[in-house]
Amino acid sequence: MTTTDGFFDEMCRADGVRPPYDRYQKWFEAQDVARLAQKTKEAERFFRRTGITFNVYGQDDAEERLIPFDLVPRILSGQEWNLLSRGVEQRVRAVNAFLHDIYNRQEILRAGIVPVSLIAQNDAFLPQMIDFAPPGGVYTHIVGTDIVRTGENEFFVLEDNARTPSGVSYMLENRETMLQMFPQLFSQIKVQRVSDYPKNLRASLEASAPPNCEGRPFVVVLTPGIHNSAYYEHSFLADQMGVELVEGHDLRIIDGRIKVRTTRGYRTVDVIYRRVDDAFLDPLSFNPQSLLGVPGIMDIYRAGNITIANAPGTGVADDKAIYSYMPDIVEFYTGEKAILKNVETYRCSEPDSLKYVLDNLGDLVVKEVHGSGGYGMLVGPAASKAEIATFREKLQANPSNYIAQPTLSLSTVPIFTESGLAPRHVDLRPFALVSPKEVNITPGGLTRVALTEGSLVVNSSQGGGTKDTWVLES
Amino acid sequence: MLGKTAGGLFWMFRGLERAENTARLIEAGFRIALTRSMDPASDWRSIIVTAAQKPGFDAKHSEYTSQNVSDYLLRDPTNPSSVLSVIKAARDNARLVRTALTTEVWVAVNETWMALTEMLREPISEAELPATLEAIRHQSALVRGAMHGTMLRNDCYNFCRLGTFIERADSTARIIDVKYHALLPSPSLVGSKLDNVQWEMILRSVSAHQSYRHAVEEDFNAVGIAQFLLLDGRFPRSLAFCARGITANLAALCESEGEHSDSLSAAWAFQSRLQDRDIGSIFEDGLHEFISQTIIDVADIGARIEQQYRFIS
Repeated sequence: MTTTDGFFDEMCRADGVRPPYDRYQKWFEAQDVARLAQKTKEAERFFRRTGITFNVYGQDDAEERLIPFDLVPRILSGQEWNLLSRGVEQRVRAVNAFLHDIYNRQEILRAGIVPVSLIAQNDAFLPQMIDFAPPGGVYTHIVGTDIVRTGENEFFVLEDNARTPSGVSYMLENRETMLQMFPQLFSQIKVQRVSDYPKNLRASLEASAPPNCEGRPFVVVLTPGIHNSAYYEHSFLADQMGVELVEGHDLRIIDGRIKVRTTRGYRTVDVIYRRVDDAFLDPLSFNPQSLLGVPGIMDIYRAGNITIANAPGTGVADDKAIYSYMPDIVEFYTGEKAILKNVETYRCSEPDSLKYVLDNLGDLVVKEVHGSGGYGMLVGPAASKAEIATFREKLQANPSNYIAQPTLSLSTVPIFTESGLAPRHVDLRPFALVSPKEVNITPGGLTRVALTEGSLVVNSSQGGGTKDTWVLES
Repeated sequence: MLGKTAGGLFWMFRGLERAENTARLIEAGFRIALTRSMDPASDWRSIIVTAAQKPGFDAKHSEYTSQNVSDYLLRDPTNPSSVLSVIKAARDNARLVRTALTTEVWVAVNETWMALTEMLREPISEAELPATLEAIRHQSALVRGAMHGTMLRNDCYNFCRLGTFIERADSTARIIDVKYHALLPSPSLVGSKLDNVQWEMILRSVSAHQSYRHAVEEDFNAVGIAQFLLLDGRFPRSLAFCARGITANLAALCESEGEHSDSLSAAWAFQSRLQDRDIGSIFEDGLHEFISQTIIDVADIGARIEQQYRFIS
């Protein structure tokens, strides 16, 4: 797996450039490569100065890294986007319906579509959420769906990030950077705007305010603090929305409401966009050691006095074992076939599947059911014999902790190198906002790109980079 | 605004001010040691004493050399008041209060941190010292300029200014106090050549020597300089100027918050203590006593601000 031959190249076909890249290609050919290389350095300096960084866990505390930025945009036509955004919206609606169902009537379990054991043994399932519906019935207010492409109209969902998806700040900053570096491009090529995201996010959060809210809802972003890997994004979003960025110790409960400590005393908070994991949200209900959350917030939540976005317990839906049932889940709640396909998934908890996976480890990608960020996974075709052997043992020791998927032929988009364009594998994370009124999907999303030739791993924690994602106005 | 944010802004600007004051202090010491001293060790020692760093320094170094002193004050990571440490803390505070800063201020602080971290990576040789100190002042001016040029004149701005003025008042008061007492071996030397050189050093360490020449007709002398640094409301590093700055910003906060302010009352008292004095009576009552009380007053105002505006829960 060291070649990108035979993969779908989103820019170039054997017979020439694909139509969405038509104008860009013409522009690019007229550019001076040395000057573009200079632009890459400028962009890097801009990111560094502006502090657009992420913290790497397990490294020196102070280390903040840049996510490498590639200046060749990933371009989608209006039609391609229509298909994608319809598919994402359908999926997001189904996820919310699913969450409501499993925490209330559990009809999908009774219908035998999703096995009870998958919910009962799921760490992300929170008993505290049973028989409760969050304000407006919305569980996941912000969703980042990971999508890969294998062909002209072949899109697959890789995972549904329904708890606390990150990366939206890069979507916005990448566009800002492109606008600054290549303003003339945007006058020649009409690209749909992404800059409304913060405004829409705030509106969506406000529309999800609890019934007991008086006046304009007071929204805050809850962060674990400056050492969190996504701290930059948390402060960026609060800043862009014009709301306060708070930590758990700024909040307390007074008279049955969540209050934030201001210079004038305590002020009522209506909506919390939390970027703290469930386990740390309320030491009284979950991890008692946690100092990141607010003791007792779950009681306030259940009393209808605060909206938590995303709702606690949402993680059940982006569990990788649940993922394999998503096409059925979509059909169950929407009555339609899923517009976006799933990647074929082997549940290692099932003996037949386990046997197949063990026999074919070298060809498969094996992932932990609760894993994320590219950690704890095996990419068979790229792994050494020793790595495969070690993984085989882990898999046999705890099969239900794993799923496996065939290695997909991820599409490529060229990146800029000093010797010109070179194809690299990409994925795409569009961001959807859900309020009781509507689903709003920002045209585009975050394109992550594997910078190493032939690599299929795009995660920033594994050295991947990002690109600006363009959706053309059609 | 959040109490935490107010605290972050306050401490961010205290840190930046402290870095700048430390740089000015080293500059003064460096210049004196270069231009006249028979006993450079005692000059460098006085720098450490003025910076209130003697215990920490002595625990680490046995000799007062330019290398040891500048290293300790500029780049020692174990010294929480070294320029490197306070700039790092200021930048951490800036990250914490990012939503209360304009992008220009944030970028200026972030760049300052990047530039100084790089610059202070290795020990600074005597030859590089002037350029390094200039860079620290320059970076500090950059942040201040971005703040003045871009920030709304709201409570965020007031807390930034309060941090600056509290730190500066404390620093100016300490410089006067330590110099006056630690450097004058006996009252008989007052008015001697040695005395005047020491006073000039005080002026230099607050970058006041030029201003003094323009603003005061007399030549450098103890009374003139003390009057200038304590009571001249035109000089931005004088106690009178800082007191006015503290009062004005607290008054602005009070106006927007519409409530009685404990810290404002204390600030008013502090300001009028300076306003109603002439330098002669301060000398009569004892400069050291006056300055000691000032340091206590400034710390008290700081503590009241911290409590009143709920910097911590």
